[in-house]
Amino acid sequence: MSASAIFVLDLKGKVLICRNYKGDVDMAEIDHFIPLLMQQEEEGMICPVITRGTVHFMWIKHSNLYLVATTNKNSNASLVYSFLYKLVEVFTEYFKELEEESIQDNFVVVYELLDELMDFGFPQTTDSKILQEYITQEGTKLEVTKTKVPTTVTNAVSWRSEGIKYKKNEVFIDVIESINVLVNANGSVMSSDIVGSIKLKTMLSGMPELRLGLNDRVLFSLTGRDKGKTVMMEDVKFHQCVRLSRFDSDRTISFIPPDGESELMSYRINTHVKPLIWIESVIEKFSHSRVEIMVKAKGQFKKQSVANNVEIRVPVPSDADSPKFKTSTGSAKYVPEKDLVLWTIKSFPGGKEFLMRAHFGLPSVEKDELEGKPPITVKFEIPYFTVSGIQVRYMKIIEKSGYQALPWVRYITQSGDYQLRTNA
Amino acid sequence: NEWMFLFSLVCSGEIFELKAELNSDKKEKKKEAVKKVIASMTVGKDVSALFPDVVNCMQTDNLELKKLVYLYLMNYAKSQPDMAIMAVNTFVKDCEDPNPLIRALAVRTMGCIRVDKITEYLCEPLRKCLKDEDPYVRKTAAVCVAKLHDINAQLVEDQGFLDTLKDLISDSNPMVVANAVAALSEIAESHPNSNLLDLNPQTINKLLTALNECTEWGQIFILDCLANYTPRDDRESQSICERVTPRLSHANSAVVLSAVKVLMKFMEMLPKDLDYYGTLLKKLAPPLVTLLSAEPELQYVALRNINLIVQRRPEIMKHEMKVFFVKYNDPIYVKLEKLDIMIRLASQANIAQVLAELKEYATEVDVDFVRKAVRAIGRCAIKVEQSAERCVSTLLDLIQTKVNYVVQEAIVVIKDIFRKYPNKYESVIATLCENLDSLDEPEARAAMIWIVGEYAERIDNADELLESFLEGFHDESTQVQLQLLTAIVKLFLKKPTETQELVQQVLSLATQDSDNPDLRDRGYIYWRLLSTDPVAAKEVVLAEKPLISEETDLIEPTLLEELICHIGTLASVYHKPPSAFVEGSRGVQHKRLPCSAGSVDSPETSSTAGVSDAPPAVIPSQGDLLGDLLNLDLTPTTTGPPPPAVSTGMQLGAMDLLGGGLDSLCDTLVCDLQIGAGFGAAPAAMPASFGAPGSGGLDDLFDLGSGVGMPMGAYSPPKSVWLQAMKAKGLEISGTFARRAGVIQMEMTLTNKAMSVMTDFAIQFNRNSFGLSPAGPLQVLTPLSPNQSIEVALPLNTSGPVMKMDPLNNLQVAVKNNIDVFYFSCQYPISMLFVEDGKMERQIFLATWKDIPNENESQFQIKDCHLNAVSNKLQGSNIFTIAKRTVDGQDMLYLSVKLTNGIWVLAELRIQAGNPNYTPCICCYSAVIKNITPSF
Repeated sequence: MSASAIFVLDLKGKVLICRNYKGDVDMAEIDHFIPLLMQQEEEGMICPVITRGTVHFMWIKHSNLYLVATTNKNSNASLVYSFLYKLVEVFTEYFKELEEESIQDNFVVVYELLDELMDFGFPQTTDSKILQEYITQEGTKLEVTKTKVPTTVTNAVSWRSEGIKYKKNEVFIDVIESINVLVNANGSVMSSDIVGSIKLKTMLSGMPELRLGLNDRVLFSLTGRDKGKTVMMEDVKFHQCVRLSRFDSDRTISFIPPDGESELMSYRINTHVKPLIWIESVIEKFSHSRVEIMVKAKGQFKKQSVANNVEIRVPVPSDADSPKFKTSTGSAKYVPEKDLVLWTIKSFPGGKEFLMRAHFGLPSVEKDELEGKPPITVKFEIPYFTVSGIQVRYMKIIEKSGYQALPWVRYITQSGDYQLRTNA
Repeated sequence: NEWMFLFSLVCSGEIFELKAELNSDKKEKKKEAVKKVIASMTVGKDVSALFPDVVNCMQTDNLELKKLVYLYLMNYAKSQPDMAIMAVNTFVKDCEDPNPLIRALAVRTMGCIRVDKITEYLCEPLRKCLKDEDPYVRKTAAVCVAKLHDINAQLVEDQGFLDTLKDLISDSNPMVVANAVAALSEIAESHPNSNLLDLNPQTINKLLTALNECTEWGQIFILDCLANYTPRDDRESQSICERVTPRLSHANSAVVLSAVKVLMKFMEMLPKDLDYYGTLLKKLAPPLVTLLSAEPELQYVALRNINLIVQRRPEIMKHEMKVFFVKYNDPIYVKLEKLDIMIRLASQANIAQVLAELKEYATEVDVDFVRKAVRAIGRCAIKVEQSAERCVSTLLDLIQTKVNYVVQEAIVVIKDIFRKYPNKYESVIATLCENLDSLDEPEARAAMIWIVGEYAERIDNADELLESFLEGFHDESTQVQLQLLTAIVKLFLKKPTETQELVQQVLSLATQDSDNPDLRDRGYIYWRLLSTDPVAAKEVVLAEKPLISEETDLIEPTLLEELICHIGTLASVYHKPPSAFVEGSRGVQHKRLPCSAGSVDSPETSSTAGVSDAPPAVIPSQGDLLGDLLNLDLTPTTTGPPPPAVSTGMQLGAMDLLGGGLDSLCDTLVCDLQIGAGFGAAPAAMPASFGAPGSGGLDDLFDLGSGVGMPMGAYSPPKSVWLQAMKAKGLEISGTFARRAGVIQMEMTLTNKAMSVMTDFAIQFNRNSFGLSPAGPLQVLTPLSPNQSIEVALPLNTSGPVMKMDPLNNLQVAVKNNIDVFYFSCQYPISMLFVEDGKMERQIFLATWKDIPNENESQFQIKDCHLNAVSNKLQGSNIFTIAKRTVDGQDMLYLSVKLTNGIWVLAELRIQAGNPNYTPCICCYSAVIKNITPSF
């Protein structure tokens, strides 16, 4: 069904730790993994699945580690990759950083986790908050009364334990929208969308029932309400605490939240948004002598708003030298290891326009190899504002003890995958 | 082994120390020692020598220590089976521990000790754990059944664990249900005939309820299990779909893909006019698009699956082109897959955007990606006619970049564009010729040479160009050599005066100096053709070429259906059936989509329906055919009594060339096939002849008129009276038609029933549908005396004037003798016109079959057939079997027929086997197309 065994390898392919779940694939097969991967890399054809005979390796890379699952069956590949990423998540929550050292320093816990996370290739409990209740880093003394299986593990509500207590009951809601834009060299927007995410920091006692109200267009048209601005969400994904069938039938977002931080939902909006920071660039390359770069950035959002920590990355040829810059605001610097000019503007008010000029020398002898045409990328953050206009209308919190709880909402818009192709 | 010995000596010091620590009285020391052992094990040292000492630590009340010992056991029990028994007691004891964590740990570890000897001791503890009061223990025990089954299936069955497992599907705890489903599915998968998962509406209902409550992983187990179920009717199908669709909003991509799998499968059963069907289609696109924002590996799986979904139901993603635009930082595997889907989605509506993107990609640096982008531009030209011009000019722009591999790739696709739109874009040839020197890849060289040869008359210096390639003839790859040979022969046929020397040169290079049999043989064919009959040579070599099809690399429909049933799995990533890469799954039944609504219980209608709504019919590529042939089950068709009367179906489609005359052609053909089949039914047990008759490229050429290996001659109907004596002043003519050694003959018996001698016989035909005319005079040399009969065979050719007749095969004949001129009409069996070289090459067949518009397809029925007999018999009548395969117990023959006037008829013959009564059922799809000639 899924994995026969799971391996954690270092970059050279040495096995740091592994767990054989099914015993139907020779554990020595893993020795072939890195050579095969190297070969693929050499050919420029890497692929997330590598086959050798009847053995299939499904792998992901995280910092200086490879996480590899082997199988010889027609496994559910999407399940395997999801699980590998879940492993990364759980290990990271346990050890802060997941890297070679943290695996070696914590091998006993890693073994315990591997035993608990998957059984015979079937993923089991993977919620790290719940796991931390019975798999701890300090050796557990076996006292029957203390270490029991948290009932949460097998409960329908498998993500929240009972008996949580807070003095002050609060929920912090972050609505974060990321703008993805792809602009062609001629300035036409090829694709743009908004990926939103609603994150919770829940500090609530007991088993509270929450209901989140958004200005969701489908909901409004369902209930026949027609007031104010609504937002059409193309696709919505929920944390498993949300009752999906309820949402499917009447668009109600109701749930018992996990304790602490979690991503409640994410959504995608297809509407064509005006790129919030518009870039015009002229990159002139005079072979054997120099490159002249002129970049104009314009804030295409409300005058009252301000974009913070704006970073504009402009690619330059890898053999460029002796940089010179001139900016109307902010500062520009050359990052030779990434072959780009980084122009930073701490605060960029809406409606404003700024200019940056750069000059590079080019060697008189041209390199043979062709270079790619990386796009200009932009990073920014605009607080107190969502580009889609999505709003949290209410957050109802009901707990049987009847406490009053306060929801706090914060909005922020930021750049996602924000790429502008250049003519260079 | 000395080295090993030394190594163990070095290590033994350490081992000795550990041994002492393991046997220490102090708990902490013991635990630290076990940790050290595990640490050594982790870095790959062999610590199996410590087995007894570690097992001694098993009886502890420290959970962490226990876990470590268990871990050690799992690793080494197999290498120390005898000592593993020492652990059994502790397992049994731990399974009754008051702490459920311990009970579960014991039952989980137990199953991982793959030692046959101890499994039977584990049955009792497992039985208890399956009924444990704690769901955590039950869910662990459920998985343990699958583990045990893997070690000793018989034991698990005998102990009744499978039934217990089935009962757990009704457990009150969702996690237990999910694990029970997972375990059952796993067992069912490795034992396909166990019928373990006999899903019925009640269990389905339980699963759907648990779906709402279990973890994300549990949801995947349940959805994957649901996908194996076939609903009874469209209503049940709809209600399951309704309960599965909310899963599309799950944050876990794997849950979404498994839900898509269930929906794609069950959707097949919904009537298309149902509102819900449309609603469901609309719901599928957004989650699929969202998958593209997942991690790259998950994107890759999603893209491979979208590729399948787009082929099965193009309507789902047709407006989503933009999301497949490639980002600079996408990994290469994502880029290539996106490109693939972009080509599939390209249409007139979005072509401008797509082309702009492709042009952008073609200037990137990643060679494989750039190549694919250039190729994609060519595909767009072929797919969207309106864009062809723009594509060609884009390709020319790219050629101007002079980037070597871009130029080469562009030339390869331009060749295809020429094939698709003949006489349209040849003006660019000059530009192409400029780049001749830079071509170093065989495919590009071959393409360029093909272009030069094909358009030799428009290229002034074609001879020089080709000659330049000739210099290094023997260093070229076979592909280039063959192409060069053909191109020069083409050139010669077009400009014979100037190129005689060149053609002789290439022919001698190919035939005398080469040891490549393909090249030599092709050389000889040309040589003989040219020396014996230059006109024929021209007809063969310069024949019009078949059009190339729009869609390439579509997955063959039955495979596509199977892959849709495997969405999310490795099969869907590889685009291969599981049987192709999973050992021991050869006998496993291939998964199929359920039939569409209204046709569930009638196989005949369903097969018809399947064809009519299926996207463009594709014949499996050769590889697939061979694969299926290997899987062929012999029994049904080879033994048993001759089949009883049967119902069969076949139709022929409209032929624009002949218009209304088609029906009659069909009728005639039906009639011929019927009789043909009737003959063939006699030999009941014949060795199955596998595979298509030998299909090397050479056969096709040399087979002309040879009739080699023809089991029986062409069918010829008995003579009938064509001209009655009383209407012809005493001359009675009866006759028939036959095809003998490739020649159509009119065989007549002339009887003089008059009182006087008859002399001076002559014969003439009226214009007719296929231009039949006498190839010589009617040979009645001696006068025909009263009451005397004479047999005459008149050879016919098909070069006479053509006029459409009604019925199509009607022939009006005038016979003259010394008395008068008499007229009669007769009908010839259409099979007379089937020529011996009517065997189409598989690849061409494949491409052509796809190209035949649906309205040209039809089917009708034939009675009393027997597969092998049919194949042989048909070949006797020049109806050639191109391929044979078995799908779902139906034998399918793919047939081709070529008529004297160059018209091809393709047919598919289905014979229902596997039925104990041997009820063959044939239905044929056939279509008529025109102007197909050999590929060069």
